[in-house]
Amino acid sequence: METLNTSRRTFIKTMTLAGGGLMLGFHLPISSKFAEASTKEQAINAFIRIAKDGDIAVMVPSSEMGQGIYTALPMIVAEELEADWTKVRPEMAPLGKEFKNPAFYMQSTGGSTSVKAWWQPLSQAGATAREMLIAAAAKKWGVAATECEAKNGMVLHKGSGKKLGYGDLVESASKLQAPKNPAMKPKDQYRLIGKSVKRLDTPAKVDGSAVFGIDVRVPNMLYGSVKTSPVFGGEVASMNEAAAKALKGVKAVVPVPNGVVVVADSYWRAKKGVDALDIQFKDGKHANLSNESISKSFHQALENKGAIAHAGGDVAANLKVAKKTIEVEYEVPFLAHATMEPQNCTAFVTQDSCEIWSPTQGQDPAAFVISQLTGLPPEKIKINTTFLGGGFGRRFEQDFLIHAVLASKAVGQPVKVVWSREEDTQHDFYRPCSVSKFQIGLGTDGMPVAWNNRIVCPSILTRVLPQYVKNGIDPTSVEGANELPYGIPHQHIDYVMKDTGIPVGFWRSVGSSHNAFYVESAIDEAAHASNQDPYQFRRKLLDSQPRFRTVLDMVAKNSGWGKSLPKGHFQGIALAKSFGSIVGEVAEISITPEGQVQVHRVVCVIDCGSVVNPDTVVAQMESGIVFGLTATLNGTITINKGRVIESNFHDYKMMRMAETPKIDVEIVQNTEAPGGVGEPGTPPVAPAITNAIFAATGYRIRKLPVSIHDLKSA
Amino acid sequence: MITLKINKKVHQVDVEPDTPLLWVLRDTLGMTGTKFGCGINQCGSCTVHFNGLPIRSCSVPVSAAQDAEILTIEGLSPDRTHAVQQAWIEEDVPQCGYCQSGQIMAAAALLSQNPKPTDADIDVAMTNICRCGTYQRIRKAIHRAAELI
Ligand code: FES
Ligand code: FES
Repeated sequence: METLNTSRRTFIKTMTLAGGGLMLGFHLPISSKFAEASTKEQAINAFIRIAKDGDIAVMVPSSEMGQGIYTALPMIVAEELEADWTKVRPEMAPLGKEFKNPAFYMQSTGGSTSVKAWWQPLSQAGATAREMLIAAAAKKWGVAATECEAKNGMVLHKGSGKKLGYGDLVESASKLQAPKNPAMKPKDQYRLIGKSVKRLDTPAKVDGSAVFGIDVRVPNMLYGSVKTSPVFGGEVASMNEAAAKALKGVKAVVPVPNGVVVVADSYWRAKKGVDALDIQFKDGKHANLSNESISKSFHQALENKGAIAHAGGDVAANLKVAKKTIEVEYEVPFLAHATMEPQNCTAFVTQDSCEIWSPTQGQDPAAFVISQLTGLPPEKIKINTTFLGGGFGRRFEQDFLIHAVLASKAVGQPVKVVWSREEDTQHDFYRPCSVSKFQIGLGTDGMPVAWNNRIVCPSILTRVLPQYVKNGIDPTSVEGANELPYGIPHQHIDYVMKDTGIPVGFWRSVGSSHNAFYVESAIDEAAHASNQDPYQFRRKLLDSQPRFRTVLDMVAKNSGWGKSLPKGHFQGIALAKSFGSIVGEVAEISITPEGQVQVHRVVCVIDCGSVVNPDTVVAQMESGIVFGLTATLNGTITINKGRVIESNFHDYKMMRMAETPKIDVEIVQNTEAPGGVGEPGTPPVAPAITNAIFAATGYRIRKLPVSIHDLKSA
Repeated sequence: MITLKINKKVHQVDVEPDTPLLWVLRDTLGMTGTKFGCGINQCGSCTVHFNGLPIRSCSVPVSAAQDAEILTIEGLSPDRTHAVQQAWIEEDVPQCGYCQSGQIMAAAALLSQNPKPTDADIDVAMTNICRCGTYQRIRKAIHRAAELI
């Protein structure tokens, strides 16, 4: 192992690249405990390095934010590599063009894409390396490669019984030409993929050694604490810089967009520096915004004509002749991400380089922002991705990185900027608030014939990726509403884009987080309006959708739908496809005499096609459901006078142990193309709960969260 | 200078007495296993043991910790062999993992007072937030740890 100097060796390890000389690779160890434990490794391609002792490092291009990707992607590589799984370890990939997420053409993690986008390239990387290792052994033994096979980290020669470990072969293998079309395994020969495997990151997460962004420590590092304008877009009007600088340990007050970072020799001193500033802001043009004003303008906008997201048949004519028509409006509020780890980033900017240590979902966006701020070309920028203490879409943004880069640039030393929880809650890129209106025409048999749906919602992509907004449609605003699985002959779904001045961003399950609530509530209302069982009603509409119907049938069966329940318990059902996976959920609830909703059980069935690590899929469903329950029952971000009222967990409440229901998950077994799992558990939760509340009380919740409704008198 | 006893070792720290114990652990002593989540005694990410009892170190000034035995996640066991850590590994509890030091310290404190907690006991004792929603597995792992002890 070579190091630049001992003081920085924690972060530096030599990395040999195939075909090239020795290159220095910077990386963060997964665990601070193993910072120094590494042997010289030889890269066989961009994704795989093998050490003499046979240890294998798999470069993982996706950020680990809880979804288990540090295990799932190495499993894919190890399967084709025929690796000994006990010797495989994940390592976060550096910035590099090989590591661009094929789903977005940029290095980033989101949209529940990691497994589906990387399955093929990583299988290929594993298979390529395997064939090179076999070829190296064959050459050494002077036999044909076809007489050799790879198994459990070794190459064996069938005839002679000779064998060599990968560690002994890697050096010569790495000098060989990589095969263009290596043979890949048929799915029925998988021995690792499809089996529940323990997560590789668990050990470091039970002894405190896992390194999150907030845990980064580099030599000569200072700490930054942030204060930005409570009103979005406001500017600093005045502050007492001298008072802050008079405090022990405070080094600098650095201006950043809409606020300042106070830099000190510890976080606590920096934070006290912020408090001492007595900072005042000019509120700017958003000072009159409130939930009421936004909600009113959204409901008014429902009268506007929208851009067409989907149209088929003749909705207007069929609404006229329908036997019965339902007309309903729904609404959801802004929501914050509340990642458990507050936003933070560490940066070290010099004249001719910038290195950052960031819990980021967006390495390419980070590099882009750094070059904008520093003028440095990409090759002078180093990005170390740490563990993320939750992501949920929040860490695709780069606002926290800007703070760290500007602070380091100003003081000429590494600076770790850590946001307070208050700053984090009040300066998010929120799940958009939105409203949705339906006119549903029912035919003589009570089944829907016409479906007219208009969504009013702020656009996320207009700011983030404007090239994906076409003909007035932001696909993330209408996803979950524009491709109904239900066989309804006449449909018209349109979208009115409405900005509010409140920043919006990707929030776990994005548009499906509201559209599944709208669609699955509306279908439920239609079922009740025609006096039909909500499960059977949906089932009838899924004649030509066998995968949806299987999920629906399984979740009905597993939940005991229609069977007798404990006294006072009621069920609600919902079904939604998002990110390539179909999820059905049944919630079982009761309501206390005080009007409190108690959720006893959520039964979930997911069809996500081919599965890499089943236990991770189950874990992601459990996680997505709890996330959805938090939003459904209590989640609101309230805007008043242009600022967010909620500030911390006392008023932005999270589900805790005692309120969490029993969750049962079953995975549909099939070999279809893989779908996502990080997000799809969330969308059906809200309608499953509110449909259950309707079953219990006859009261229909059309505006979230549940907590704003008085269910005592319902 | 303030004298602290953490994981059975004595440390001298030169910080303002009102500095929360959390930031002394993390910044001054470099023990970053204990996490910052809210700073207002709400989330439990910063849970450590104070004379054997679980406390939230973000809300305890370092001056109040002077004569106490403090135990952090780093001191729970040298090699992840504490029953709670073992059970956490068996049940694959962590997702992002950020809350888990605090959850483990809270669970270890619960089990040291109540070796066979019921579900109701767990509901009362385990009030730490997990944004990843690992509660069901935490509950299972606590029952498992109770068997291992
Ligand atoms: S950080 Fe101490 S309770 Fe949240
Ligand atoms: S595991 Fe992520 S917050 Fe608990």
